[in-house]
Amino acid sequence: MPDTMIGQSPIRIDGRAKVTGAARYPSDVVVPNPAWAFLVTSAIALGRITAIEEAEARAVPGVLEILTHRNMRGTVRDAGFFAAGGYAAETIRPLEDDRIWHDGQIVAMVLADSFEAAREAAFRLRVDYAAVTPAAGFGSASATTEPAAKARQGHEDPQVGDADAAFAAAPVKIEADYATPTQHHNPIELFTTTALWEGGKLVIHEPSQYVTGIRHGVATQLGLDPQQVRVESHYVGGAFGSKGSLTQRTALVAIAARRLGRPVKLVPTRDQGFTIATYRAETRQHVKLAADRDGKLQALVHEGTEVTSRPDPYKVAGTQTTARMYDCPNVRTKVTLLHADRNTPGFMRSPPEVPYMFALESAVDELAVALKLDPIELRRRNDSKKEPIKGLPWSSRGLMRCYEAGAEAFGWSRRNPEPRSMREGDWLIGWGCASTIYPTHIGAATARVTLTPDGQARVQTAAHDIGTGAYTVIAQAAAEMLGLPLEKVQVALGDSDLPPAPVAGGSNTTASVCNVVAEACGQIRARLARAAVEDGPLKGRDPASLKLVSGELRAADGTAEALPEAMSRAANGAIEAYAEYLPQGMPKESMRKLYSGKQALGGGIAEGPLAMAAFGAEFVEVRVHARTAEVRVPRVLGAFAAGRIVNPRTARSQLMGGLIWGIGSALHEETEIDHGRARYVNDNILEYLIPVNADAPKVEVMLLEETDTGVNPLGIKGLGELGNVGTNAAIANAVFHATGRRARELPIRIESLL
Amino acid sequence: MRPFTYDRADAVPAALRAAGSGASSYLAGGTTLLDLMKLDVMRPERVVDITPLASRLGGIEAGPQGLRLGALAHMSAVADDAMVRRDYPVIAESLALAASGQLRNMATLGGNVLQRTRCNYFRDVSYAACNKRRPGSGCSALDGVTRLHAVLGTSEHCIASYPGDFAQALLALDGTVELEGPQGPRRIPFAELHRLPGDTPHLETTLAPGELITGFGVPPLPWARRSVYLKVRDRESYAFAVASAAVALDLDGGRVREARIALGGVATRPWRAREAEAVLAGQVLDEAAAQRAAEAAFRDARTHGDNDFKPELGRRTLVRALFQAQRLGA
Ligand SMILES: Cc1cc2nc3c(=O)[nH]c(=O)nc-3n(C[C@H](O)[C@H](O)[C@H](O)COP(=O)(O)OP(=O)(O)OC[C@H]3O[C@@H](n4cnc5c(N)ncnc54)[C@H](O)[C@@H]3O)c2cc1C
Ligand code: SF4
Repeated sequence: MPDTMIGQSPIRIDGRAKVTGAARYPSDVVVPNPAWAFLVTSAIALGRITAIEEAEARAVPGVLEILTHRNMRGTVRDAGFFAAGGYAAETIRPLEDDRIWHDGQIVAMVLADSFEAAREAAFRLRVDYAAVTPAAGFGSASATTEPAAKARQGHEDPQVGDADAAFAAAPVKIEADYATPTQHHNPIELFTTTALWEGGKLVIHEPSQYVTGIRHGVATQLGLDPQQVRVESHYVGGAFGSKGSLTQRTALVAIAARRLGRPVKLVPTRDQGFTIATYRAETRQHVKLAADRDGKLQALVHEGTEVTSRPDPYKVAGTQTTARMYDCPNVRTKVTLLHADRNTPGFMRSPPEVPYMFALESAVDELAVALKLDPIELRRRNDSKKEPIKGLPWSSRGLMRCYEAGAEAFGWSRRNPEPRSMREGDWLIGWGCASTIYPTHIGAATARVTLTPDGQARVQTAAHDIGTGAYTVIAQAAAEMLGLPLEKVQVALGDSDLPPAPVAGGSNTTASVCNVVAEACGQIRARLARAAVEDGPLKGRDPASLKLVSGELRAADGTAEALPEAMSRAANGAIEAYAEYLPQGMPKESMRKLYSGKQALGGGIAEGPLAMAAFGAEFVEVRVHARTAEVRVPRVLGAFAAGRIVNPRTARSQLMGGLIWGIGSALHEETEIDHGRARYVNDNILEYLIPVNADAPKVEVMLLEETDTGVNPLGIKGLGELGNVGTNAAIANAVFHATGRRARELPIRIESLL
Repeated sequence: MRPFTYDRADAVPAALRAAGSGASSYLAGGTTLLDLMKLDVMRPERVVDITPLASRLGGIEAGPQGLRLGALAHMSAVADDAMVRRDYPVIAESLALAASGQLRNMATLGGNVLQRTRCNYFRDVSYAACNKRRPGSGCSALDGVTRLHAVLGTSEHCIASYPGDFAQALLALDGTVELEGPQGPRRIPFAELHRLPGDTPHLETTLAPGELITGFGVPPLPWARRSVYLKVRDRESYAFAVASAAVALDLDGGRVREARIALGGVATRPWRAREAEAVLAGQVLDEAAAQRAAEAAFRDARTHGDNDFKPELGRRTLVRALFQAQRLGA
């Protein structure tokens, strides 16, 4: 056994259960005698329900009940918008009245003895509407806009200096508009919910990135004590942000189970998933970038407008990141929200950075062309020690090291900078690059660690493994701190009855949870050490000098006591430690918020005292067919500096997945909207395109070493959302290099280049 | 999905008998039918499973009479057949480039040519207006998202594109369809199987109710070895064609003796581009001739906003396919 588990690459401890099917995903949970729910969703985006004809549906054998606003009004209380101190992803109360706010809103839930009967009855339910012309988004007459600073308490548009004056005065400048589309997460696992009442206690099985939040949110909606609600989500089949906040379905399934007096299972359809959960908001962005003749940035103006729903001010606001990315003395940014008749958008993997860094990193490339400067050199000349808005020093900034290592591995020096200069047969070849950044978030977290006399450790925390490898890295942290082999550590996650941990969002889990687990393990070590110095081989030593290593408590000179003996000295049985970790610099109330299921992450690049982020440089080769303009990506390479890597294997697959996601974000992913009707059209995973294997033949990940204990005691930076930032810009930049045409609107499809 | 009666037929007469009564559908690979039943778009009262007929109707035979493909042959089997790949590459490629490996292993040729449009307004019953699904209800696509809709063969009642690939290959090679029906067997040119939407877009084929496709024939055509199927799509695999072209060339030195061209992804039915073929006959195949042929093929194109780019893409696809075929050693 290696002395240090952190930094090793064990295979996932839950891998075997997953590939053998032993892992029970929430909808796999067997409950006694379930009733099945099937949703009916609205066929219009705006208006009212005028009639619901139930007779034919109720006549289907096996149908038990149909929930509509007619028998549900007043049942579900308001849980509040998650970003305004509440819990809900969208504040429309489910089945509250006859009003339709958006396409695909839940208008009825059919309950039956079988899934088939529920589905058939749902098909036979007739809902009539009085439709009003809706606003779909940009260009819709009835859409309204408001500045984010007005819509969202506490929102500040970062700015410094006088960007407009500096832009006017600068010798070299570019100005351009960029557009990014609506995107849906489409995790393979659908948005299922299973609910049952056990006595007065409600148990919910639902794939979730935030079991504590769902517990408190549902308790609020149903007027229950949070202790009466338990949310379990041990395995999650993909989430990407879509399973982070409370959606309407959960309370409905819970109420159905109470009314029927039996468990209820809901497995919505793929297309319903487009409207009953969240999505990435589309944006329109305007960027102005100016430099002196040496390429030193003088001004950045970045303005973004983002679609949200009528009731909720969801914001993307990636200007928080772009304003701080490079050393620029004059910055002005502004975010505006556009309210349309759409469901409320939400977090999707690197929510602010994916759209906004697309614009910034495209603009930087455009500026490099205007300056006739290598785009990497331009970034080098504007690298920084401090972020420019508040002057917060970077805790570490590996950006240029990533560019150097990546460029070398990619062969960047062989690139002829002239557009359309590289070609193979009918295929135009382009090479492009772009930066990635992901702020290092961290949250207050709690955990319980139990060490039993037989040398087994159990870690319990209501954190989540959404497919990222959290089970494994948390076990590694505990194994390291307790000096145990990995197989002696059990990890329990995804259960709101466990000590609370933050939402699995903002790539904070590894940092937050490993640090609290380390703290709990430290308590256990301290207790063992205090007892060991009383008597036995370690008598009289300084307890602080003793370490748990390889199954023993060991002093620096090698004197040791085996764990069983040390255990029996310290306790009669197991030793249990409960730790609370409040990251440095976070306000005390973060801990209280954690216990009440409110999302409160700290760290990042805007709060201080340090600016903390992971960085990377991404390189792509594209091929564009000279006649038919398909864009293909034969290779992509990312070099990343992301602090201490707990498990290079799982880190690599996060980053690799991110790069592939980035290919999709550049070339494939777009939820198409019928503008007249404000409805999603390609709401299935055949026509909502993501890359297939053939679209990502060669993906290389380089992990650079980085030590940064400024971010947290273990030196961990999150990286789950690092890989897929900037890839879209790198591809657009490569397409420009291949074709001489600048694609400023995503996705870049055939018709963009014909 | 709604309740239906399930029958399993192990012989052609039994299949015809079972299908004879009521609103029935044959079930082959099920990759179109079951999808559309789950979406409530197709609502057969009776489903007649014809997969047991595969032992008799699943063959791939080649000889001096040309090629005969059983209706229940799987797409993957035909795509992988060495002889089809050598002598009729356009057929093998059209199948190999379609759908995914899993689907090709399930799906049959008979079902393939009868696959329904991917028009989202057709596939989503929450849209009230769709003439194909509900005759006379209107067409939601006309003022909707039309990126994948047709530009050739449209009518004011329906602009849905025919999505399949294999049909173009059959059409280009003058294939035929063998049928069995209550009135006995018959054989028709493949070109007569699909209808234009006109004012009856719900009638997609000329099949009589209950008629069963038993197989396809392709006449002997030695120069079919110089044939290609070019599929232009939004990702490298597992996507329908944005535009495609099936091309076979009979060359006499640099000169075209005869060209066969069918277009996919751009038309309401499998589309034979005879005007383009006529332009090329007797010509030296160079850039100018190829462009003229492409112009001719799309002369009558009508677009609807999102698909404004399609005639241009269709032309380029055809030109590229022509040169690709030209480069092949026959
Ligand atoms: C995700 C996805 C991607 C796809 N991509 C492509 C693609 O890229 N290119 C492409 O060409 N296709 C594609 N397809 C379509 C696929 O090729 C067809 O669904 C398949 O070929 C249909 O064959 P089947 O045997 O499954 O037909 P079924 O679903 O069993 O039947 C289809 C229809 O034909 C009828 N039928 C079947 N056999 C007979 C017969 N012998 N006589 C009379 N009627 C019959 C049935 O009643 C039914 O109406 C895709 C499908 C899916 C689901
Ligand atoms: S194009 Fe055809 S299939 Fe599509 S909505 Fe119109 S009528 Fe229906």
